[in-house]
Amino acid sequence: MSGVRVLVGTRKGAFVLTSDGKRERWGVSGPHFAGWEMYHVKGSRVDPHRLYASQCSGWFGQIIQRSDDGGKTWTQPGTPPGERTTPEGMPKGESNKFVYDTSAQTGKPLTTHQWYDGTQHPWEFKRVWHLEPSPTDPDTVYAGVEDAGLFRSTDGGQNWQELAGLRGHGTGPKWQPGAGGLCLHTIILDPKDPGRIYIAISAAGAFRTDDAGKTWRPINKGLHSQYIPDPNAEIGHCVHHVAMHSSRPNVLFMQKHWDVMRSDNAGDSWQEVSGNLPTDFGFVIDVHAHEPETIYVVPIKSDGEHFPLDGKLRVYRSRTGGNEWEALTKGLPQNDCYVNVLRDAMAVDSLDKCGVYFGTTGGQVYASANAGDSWTPIVRDLPAVLSVEVQTLP
Amino acid sequence: MIRVILPGHLRALARVTAEVQLDVKGPVTQRSVLDALEAQYPMLRGTIRDHVTQERRPFLRFFACEEDYSLEPPDTPLPDAVASGKEPLLIIGAIAGG
Repeated sequence: MSGVRVLVGTRKGAFVLTSDGKRERWGVSGPHFAGWEMYHVKGSRVDPHRLYASQCSGWFGQIIQRSDDGGKTWTQPGTPPGERTTPEGMPKGESNKFVYDTSAQTGKPLTTHQWYDGTQHPWEFKRVWHLEPSPTDPDTVYAGVEDAGLFRSTDGGQNWQELAGLRGHGTGPKWQPGAGGLCLHTIILDPKDPGRIYIAISAAGAFRTDDAGKTWRPINKGLHSQYIPDPNAEIGHCVHHVAMHSSRPNVLFMQKHWDVMRSDNAGDSWQEVSGNLPTDFGFVIDVHAHEPETIYVVPIKSDGEHFPLDGKLRVYRSRTGGNEWEALTKGLPQNDCYVNVLRDAMAVDSLDKCGVYFGTTGGQVYASANAGDSWTPIVRDLPAVLSVEVQTLP
Repeated sequence: MIRVILPGHLRALARVTAEVQLDVKGPVTQRSVLDALEAQYPMLRGTIRDHVTQERRPFLRFFACEEDYSLEPPDTPLPDAVASGKEPLLIIGAIAGG
């Protein structure tokens, strides 16, 4: 019987939640890396035993962890226990080393971005927000980092190289940090075109490459943001998350700071589909596994009040690709609820009745085994949830 | 042998439960001790010093013999008591945060 593995990153460790295909009874393991911020944990689609995790700390910096047994054991790639060094005494890999590319060969990417006060500020590596394993090779994985940049490893996370064309294409001085920092938080690998990658940055916008990361262009036409001098500018939009259904890689759905948007032409242009949402501020957005026009968001009151409207935690579902939304409330708290749902904290499984999962800053992970019609908390009292990913296991 | 006491999170990362002991060649300084530490426990590279600049991470401090050596140049000799193994070098996480 098939099963589900939910990978949860929290402020104080990672947790692995497992169930069979019924999704009624759950096992909980963790905390893994107790006390560390676990920004993201994600598994490979081609090798479900292979997981990557971003572990970080304001004191000790960035650590990359890898599991080859579905989260039972973990190692830093290149430095497994008992094989710490090469005969020369050096680490076998440098899995924690993210160094921005400043070489002339890659175009000497610009080294400053806009700071909160409008002045220019040097690029400084802080952490990995998102890890995106390749859909075809378990040893290839992409990392979206703060300050915004895109890195790739082709050796299972042992060594990382920046895809410097993203910062090198010239708009970097206009990128500015959002409240969470200048983070590259969304990476979408086109399942049909290996050269095409979408990324999104807060607060710069969305970008696309069609040549596997050598060159990039902003894809923000149609976005409108009142918090930048020119609301329709090409650069500066605070995109919170972007989602795609694998069967239609040209159709993208976006939760912007404010506004829910969609594009039907690979991001060349966007239109607003907020429709009847009670508020269109939010962080997460995701797509049903089998219905490419069914999408989910969790509306949040405002940019100044990061909690659900009226204290009611409601997922909104549109079966029409936006504009027409219905509130999903069964099993979710409908009074005095003031948690947030962060941008990487929603995911779906691919079982027959699509499962939908999301985590809150209050430490709850909710699951729906019926595409959102009803919800049950798998766990209620974890540390604040930063990310949720799901693996559907054979 | 040089004795180093790590913060709890770094002990977990290095998979050690107590203080670590290091064989340091030549003068015993912050730099030589950290070089030896990272060679023996490569998973700690980047967690105490920046990968590229080799500067101390801002929220870490180096204490020894009831003194703060955090702001000393990295090639300044550490106290004789540290060099002889009588006293440990303590790597401390700043109290900031929670």
